[in-house]
Formats: sequence, C-alpha cells, structure tokens
Amino acid sequence: MTNIIYMDNNATTRVAPEVVDVMMPYFSEQYGNPSSMHNFGGKVMSAVSEARDKIAALLGADADEIVFTSCGTESDSTALLSALKSNPDKRHIVTTRVEHPAIKNLAENLRSLTGHKYRVTQLSVASDGTLDLDEYEKALDDETAIVSIMWANNETGVIFPIEKMCKMAKDRDILFHTDAVQAVGKIPINLKEIPIDFLSLSGHKLHAPKGIGVLYVRRGTPFAPFMIGGHQEHGRRGGTENVASIVGLGKACELAAAHMAEENDQVRKLRDKLEKNLLESVPNAILNGHKNDRLPNTSNISFEYVEGESILLHMDAFGICASSGSACTSGSLEPSHVLRAMGVPFTAAHGSIRFSLSIYNTEEEVDFVIEKIPAIIENLRAMSPFWQDREK
Amino acid sequence: MWEYTDKVKEHFMNPLNVGEIENAEGTGDVGSLACGDALKLTLKIVDDIIVDAQFKTFGCASAIASSSALTEMVKGLPVDEAAKITNEDIAQFLGGLPKEKMHCSVMGREALEAAIANYKGVPLRVAEGDVVCECFGVTDLEVKRAIQESNLHTVEEVTNFTKAGGGCGKCHDRLQELIDEVQKDSTAKIIPMKGPKRMTTLQKIKMIEEVLEREIRPVLKKDGGDIELVDVDGDYVLVSLRGACGSCAKSQTTLKEYVEKKLREQVIDTLIVEEDK
Ligand SMILES: Cc1ncc(COP(=O)(O)O)c(C=O)c1O
Ligand code: FES
Repeated sequence: MTNIIYMDNNATTRVAPEVVDVMMPYFSEQYGNPSSMHNFGGKVMSAVSEARDKIAALLGADADEIVFTSCGTESDSTALLSALKSNPDKRHIVTTRVEHPAIKNLAENLRSLTGHKYRVTQLSVASDGTLDLDEYEKALDDETAIVSIMWANNETGVIFPIEKMCKMAKDRDILFHTDAVQAVGKIPINLKEIPIDFLSLSGHKLHAPKGIGVLYVRRGTPFAPFMIGGHQEHGRRGGTENVASIVGLGKACELAAAHMAEENDQVRKLRDKLEKNLLESVPNAILNGHKNDRLPNTSNISFEYVEGESILLHMDAFGICASSGSACTSGSLEPSHVLRAMGVPFTAAHGSIRFSLSIYNTEEEVDFVIEKIPAIIENLRAMSPFWQDREK
Repeated sequence: MWEYTDKVKEHFMNPLNVGEIENAEGTGDVGSLACGDALKLTLKIVDDIIVDAQFKTFGCASAIASSSALTEMVKGLPVDEAAKITNEDIAQFLGGLPKEKMHCSVMGREALEAAIANYKGVPLRVAEGDVVCECFGVTDLEVKRAIQESNLHTVEEVTNFTKAGGGCGKCHDRLQELIDEVQKDSTAKIIPMKGPKRMTTLQKIKMIEEVLEREIRPVLKKDGGDIELVDVDGDYVLVSLRGACGSCAKSQTTLKEYVEKKLREQVIDTLIVEEDK
C-alpha cells in the first residue's frame, strides 16, 4: 500500500499514541463500572474524574460543568433541545447558514416537523465566510430561546467572533450555544472569560477516539437531559460511561493544552506553505474563506473548471487524503451548503478541496502534495469542456 | 467513498478517446457547470458509420468513466445501431455504477443522442418538453423516458437517474405524478416502449431476485408464506413456494395472478412463472 498522507483532519484525526496507551487498561483490566460500590469500580470513577478535570482545564471550565456524551452531534442536539424545553414560551432559534448538519438539520427539522412552531433565523455569511454582526443584532428578539453559532467552520476553518456574539446574546438574557467541535484543541478557549451557556466538542477531532463527546453546561444554566436514564453525569446524561474513551479524551485535552501554541505554529507554517504554493502554481485557484480569521490547520481551495471528486480520486492514487465540497462528494447533488452560502460560483464550488492538517504532517508531505496537485489539475482540465472555453 | 468497479476506476484513471474531433460530423453538448457535470461528445461519421469518437467531460469519476466507455462502445458502429445504446448499456459496460451515479450514464446516452441528432440535422426530442425540475433543468420528457427505460418507481430513483429533484425538492410532487402516469400506462400496455429488452440471463436473474425481495416476498410473508427462486431458463422462472403458501389451495392463483404479473410488469413481459415441485 502507498504511504498515506493524511490531510483530512477536520473529518477525523489519528488517535494519538499517548492517548491509546492510557486507554488500554480500561478494556480488560480496569473494566469496572464507575457507578459500582466496590473499590474496583471506584478506581475507574477516579479515572473518569481525572479526565473530567483535564477537559475542564483546557476549556477554562469547572469539572462539574462537563457532561460526557456519545459524540459532537449528541452534544449539539442536547444543547438546542434543552434550551427549547427550558424556555417553553420562546420559539425562535438564531443560527447560521453554515452550521454543521448537526445543528443545521436539527434547526430546520424543528421548524418544518413541528408545523412551524419554531422560527429559525439562519444568518448569512459574506463571500469570505464571515458573519455580519448588524444582521445578528437585528435577529435577536424577545422570542429568541437560543443562539447557536459554531466557533469555527469545518469546511473553511473560518472563526466566528464568539466572544462578541455571546455577549450580545447574554445582554438580552438569551441562551448561547457554540458548536466548538472544530475549535477545541486548535485555538485557545477560556470559558471563564466568555459567558457561554453550552459548548459542544467531539473527541475524534482532537486525537481522541470517535464516539466520545462533551457538552459543557455553565453552572446555573437551566438544563433538561436528552438521554434519560440512570443517574450518571448527575442525571444530566443517562448511560454507563464510555470509560476508555473518556480517559483518552482527558489525555488528548492535556496534550492539546500543553502544546497548543507550538503545534499551532508548526501546523500553520505547513498549511501556509501548502496554500501559498498551490495558489501560485495552479492558475485559477481560489482560496475559500477569510485569510486571517481562520483555523491554523485548514485551507479550502477551489480549482476552477474541474470537479472535486475527480481531483480527490487522483490524489487518492498517491495516498493523499483530503475532502471536497463538490456535489458528487457531498452525497447530494448540490455542492456544499457552506460554499453556496458564501456565494462561491459553481465553477469554483464543484472543484473545492479542503486540506486540513495536523501535528502529524511533515514538510516532506507538504512538498509531495505541492508537487503532485498541479499535474492532477492540469490533466483534468485538459479533459474539461469548460477549460478552453472559459474566456468566452 | 463510492464503491466503483475496477472497470470504472480503469476508465477514470486512464480514460480513452479524450479530446475533440475537429469538424466533427456529429457534436453532442450536454450538462452544465452549474449541474456539476457536462459532456461534449464529438463523432466522426463516414458513410453512416461512426469511425471515431472523442469526449471532453467535466465531472466526477463515474462521469468521466461513462464518457470513456461510451466512446469505446460507439466506435465502429453504424449510426442507427449506436442510437440504440441505452444508459443501462453504458452502466453495464462498466460493470455497474453506484445507484446514486446512474445519472452519469444517462448523461452519456443524452450526449450520444444529441450528437446523432446533430448529425442527422433533426431537433432533439427530449429537450422540447417542459422543465419540471428547475434546479437541474430537467424536462418532463426526460423524466418520463428515464422512468420507462429504467423502470423507476420512486422519486429517489428518478433523482439518481436524472438529477431531477436533487435540489430544493419543490418538484417532488410533480415527479411523483409523472411516475404514476408512466407506470400506469406501462401496466396497461404491458409492452415496453422499445420492444423486448435485450437482457442477459444473469441480469434477468438479478432483476427477478430484486423484485421478489422488494415487492413479492414482503406480501407473501404477511400471510405466513415465502418464495424462493429456483431457476431461470429463458423465459421460464422456476420458483418454490414455502410455508403457508406451499400448502395453500390458492397457490396457483398467487403464482399466476400475482407473482407472474409483478415480474412481467417489472422485468420482462414474456416471463412465465412455474412452481418447482
Ligand atoms: C462543526 C462540527 N460539528 C459537529 C460535528 C459532529 O461531530 P460527531 O461526528 O462527533 O458527531 C462535526 C464533525 O464532523 C463538526 O465538524
Ligand atoms: S426544482 Fe427540482 S429539485 Fe428544485
């Protein structure tokens, strides 16, 4: 098999070897149930508590504000539905057009499946993927139960001004949720300074396993559980804890907290090199998303007049893994809702490729990608009926 | 990730006949950038024989592979023979396409049709219909034809084959009406539009299995019965009835009135269903 060059870290990440190491004992050695009365289970409970502390530390939160869930999607659903339950007379949700489906589809379903009992405002974005704070201000009203705005966008990496937006909501006593699945571990977050009510994160985006998530719930924020069952998580989320993954997530957060700054420097340098070279060496290549207000690891580039799936499969032949916002890869027939919301023309949206790097990428890998991509694009353009006609 | 056959991968990684024939006798231009795929087919035709075919395609792997396959299939064929190529033929040449990608083979067929119409100097029939799906600019004639040729029964299938309905979704009701209209007509007439379909036994078995699984088995199971396909020999379909059906006096009626009728509707109208005893 060819060597894998993995540049699809916004889709999922490699579980760090250090994380795997700390998880291993919790499968067949320390397999007790943390709720048990015996010491065997009690030890496991201590491990869960320790992990909770580490996660809280990364977020600037307190341990009792951390609720474990099964994934980012569950955290998102829990937050939104909880806010609606605790505000039965408020029926307005403010969110954006570029949310992950975990929020976007949920909000749209809440609108359509309840016979428009809920009103949903989806804020638009500018062509560089940024939000308009005036539009946001106007959207907030006395009916608004919750604002849900992602911290960083998974497709473009664009970072939203969460601190400002949160304060604007809190000034009006509106609950504020942020889907920080792409932000946690990549950029500093301090919940001591920002009065966010709910924050979602997902383990597999920061080198912990898939299938573990966290919902941060600020102390004092009204809360209604989504998974109802046992008394785990103080009754906020029923279900026996996914102990090994929780321990792994704790380790991943510890690693992120310790190395965030230097890792960011390293990843950003590689990303910038990749981006600069591709934009220079491939004609009609366009960067999607704000150049600066962006995660350090993400670069979304459109190669005009070619189709994303074709590019990806040619890259795949070299072992290079990335994603595309093209229709053919989105599983629907239309290109990514994020690029469409930004008004990226079809000529470019279908040919968008998202590179998302991690600390495991090397300069050699970046050089290899820089070497291979231009020929792939050129080759596909030679085959494209639009390429030679583009002047017309 | 899509599951592509080796043949699709081969035609995608190393497509044949890429290019554009100058002063081509027939040119077919279909699709658009907005839709995410487009194909320009050029044919060199001498004495009503296609002596060369080249393509340029913008699209995903299956669009490129379908184009490459199409050019290989038509080269050397008399124009009238080539005109009989269906999208299913293209898909079959490639060892099959994922169902969500069938529209790529339809695009190939459409380009061929357009190129032949261009050669003959006649207008394109399907383009004349009324647009039913604005998102993808698909006409009612195109939709009806796909429903007929590929025996489509759901809006989702129509979307897979024609893209119609794959955007905002506001045309779904209209698509369902077209399905109902065509499927009603075809059961009344029974005879498919283009005469008996050419089909290999293997394809036939596959289709029969599918219809049994999807439509017939669930109905029999409700009455505590079941059905197994034993053999297919030409048009003879040998089945065995199980459970409650096997002992039921009405089993012959079930076979002829229901199973045979269903299979005729959905596979080929010449099938004869017999019980294996
Ligand atoms: C922004 C964002 N939110 C939510 C999710 C969903 O997370 P999970 O896969 O853990 O449910 C993802 C992951 O794809 C994401 O990128
Ligand atoms: S009109 Fe058909 S999907 Fe929009």
